[in-house]
Amino acid sequence: MSGHSTYQPKTGIERWLDARLPIVRLGYDSFVDYPTPRNLNYWWTFGGILSLCLASQLITGIILVMHYTPSADHAFASVEHIMRDVNYGWLIRYMHANGASMFFIAVYVHMLRGLYYGSYKAPREVLWILGCVIYLLMMATAFMGYVLPWGQMSFHGAVVITNLFGALPIVGPSITTWLWGGFAVDNATLNRFFSLHYLLPFMIAGVVILHIWALHVVGQNNPTGVEPKSKADTLPFTPYATVKDGFAMSVFLILFATFVFYLPNALGHADNYVEANPLVTPAHIVPEWYFLPFYAILRAVPDKLMGVLAMFGAIACLFALPWLDTSKVRSMRYRPTAKLYFIIFVVACCILGLCGAKLPDDPVLGHFKTFTLGDADLNSFVWLSRFASLYYFAFFLVILPVLGLVEKTLPVPDSIASPALSHPAAAPEQATAAPEMKG
Amino acid sequence: MADTAEGATKGPGSDPSRRDFIYIAAITAAAGGAAALAWPFIDQMNPSADTLALASTEFDLTKVADGQQVTLKWRGKPLFVRNRTPAEIQKAVADDGAAMKDPQKDADRVKPGKAQWLVLIGSCTHLGCVPTFGGGDYGGWFCPCHGSHYDTSGRIRKGPAPLNLAVPEYEFLSDTKVKIG
Repeated sequence: MSGHSTYQPKTGIERWLDARLPIVRLGYDSFVDYPTPRNLNYWWTFGGILSLCLASQLITGIILVMHYTPSADHAFASVEHIMRDVNYGWLIRYMHANGASMFFIAVYVHMLRGLYYGSYKAPREVLWILGCVIYLLMMATAFMGYVLPWGQMSFHGAVVITNLFGALPIVGPSITTWLWGGFAVDNATLNRFFSLHYLLPFMIAGVVILHIWALHVVGQNNPTGVEPKSKADTLPFTPYATVKDGFAMSVFLILFATFVFYLPNALGHADNYVEANPLVTPAHIVPEWYFLPFYAILRAVPDKLMGVLAMFGAIACLFALPWLDTSKVRSMRYRPTAKLYFIIFVVACCILGLCGAKLPDDPVLGHFKTFTLGDADLNSFVWLSRFASLYYFAFFLVILPVLGLVEKTLPVPDSIASPALSHPAAAPEQATAAPEMKG
Repeated sequence: MADTAEGATKGPGSDPSRRDFIYIAAITAAAGGAAALAWPFIDQMNPSADTLALASTEFDLTKVADGQQVTLKWRGKPLFVRNRTPAEIQKAVADDGAAMKDPQKDADRVKPGKAQWLVLIGSCTHLGCVPTFGGGDYGGWFCPCHGSHYDTSGRIRKGPAPLNLAVPEYEFLSDTKVKIG
């Protein structure tokens, strides 16, 4: 896809710079002339939205650090100081806190897009794995950021997550002590989490550069999953994709602003407005919403080490995905059976999120008891999360590998241009399709 | 330059195996140096000297009424001192034979003749939350984080936690005073 450069320096200054540091050429080839498939739909705008989220978190984060004190004695008060005394501190803090949620909304859409359209399949495996690395870094960063206000959720979340590593045999306790810098979560822990929460976003930015690089080597996937064959299949990134991404970002920012200005605490937990108390865990402790599905998987397993392994295994499945899906057809648009299982997968993930927010022994339907299976009543969230976890793993480890071998797929179009221009919906609008050919 | 390079590979004193040895020795020395440099950068995150200077604590048991639990902070973690009622002790002893993940007799978790005093580290053995008394299915503690149930002896009876609530090292200094740690 990334063919030879078509950049033509026009002015004398451009020619002078191009012979010394061809940075304008790099920008031109990457973001102006870069060919994008002409049939991309709005699910393809979330990469741009994610870049916006990263930039927003970095800028608001650096500003917050100018006023925040990373000490167990002052952290909670310094966040309240930001809210009450710092000029527009409330705005910047709410932008940063809700920005994390927006970041995860966008990343989940981005990942499910990739899952549905087979964007992880050859030759995009490295692109996909780099994305998985970014996702892991995002979770680590979001976790450490949430610890900083030193509220009740901050503190006990830090205890639980660091103890996950304590479940490992032999080395576990040494790792948790090392992470804590002591024998419990305390000032030393808060202090280092602050340092790492500052560092990790720059590592994310570094991996994002690799992610975009890998994307530009293999080229973008598209809803048909058919690789571009001729110039008729693509359009230059600018202005077509730039404007479309810009429009999607504006719509996304409306959602973002709605939360920041009208519902700033809707996605957070009230208990984090209570200062950390190492002696009492709140009765209604719940992780941030974007961790709930993995939390539900952890809690579904009635064993410490196995629960931790299942939770990390749920993410490991993502890394292995390019080799688990055996189907030769890339896009699920032409895979009717896989599409069905994909929809169930999305529902299972939502159910896991719901289970994570409920107490394990609470009944799912009504208030009646059915019968006890193992350690809990069948009509309980712990059993629902077990079924959903089972489906989660079955989707990756059984359904996708088997479907590739047995599924009867639909005919795949020969090229991108043919369905994009002869699509029934596009047929009356051939007049609008024509000027695009000039690109 | 070119002459020296050629001489080095073809000259009489340039036994290839000795050249290989120099490469290996140089790489080994560099790896050793890198490891020696990396260790302080890793070890700085382990507990600092002031954190390691842990103290023991003394506690006056007269402060705890019958059936009451007092929570102290000890080494950054909560410590439960529970004055058990006879009914709780009876329940704990009666369950000694029940099927448990981490089988232990109630008598092994208290000091001889002091069954009324249960001293526990109040940290769930699953992922470290502080269990609350009175919530669980077994009349003991319930951990709100992932739903572990402990009985009146602090033994794990249900849920993901693998072990009973830990009993710290402690001794009775007098009938009313204990020293923990």
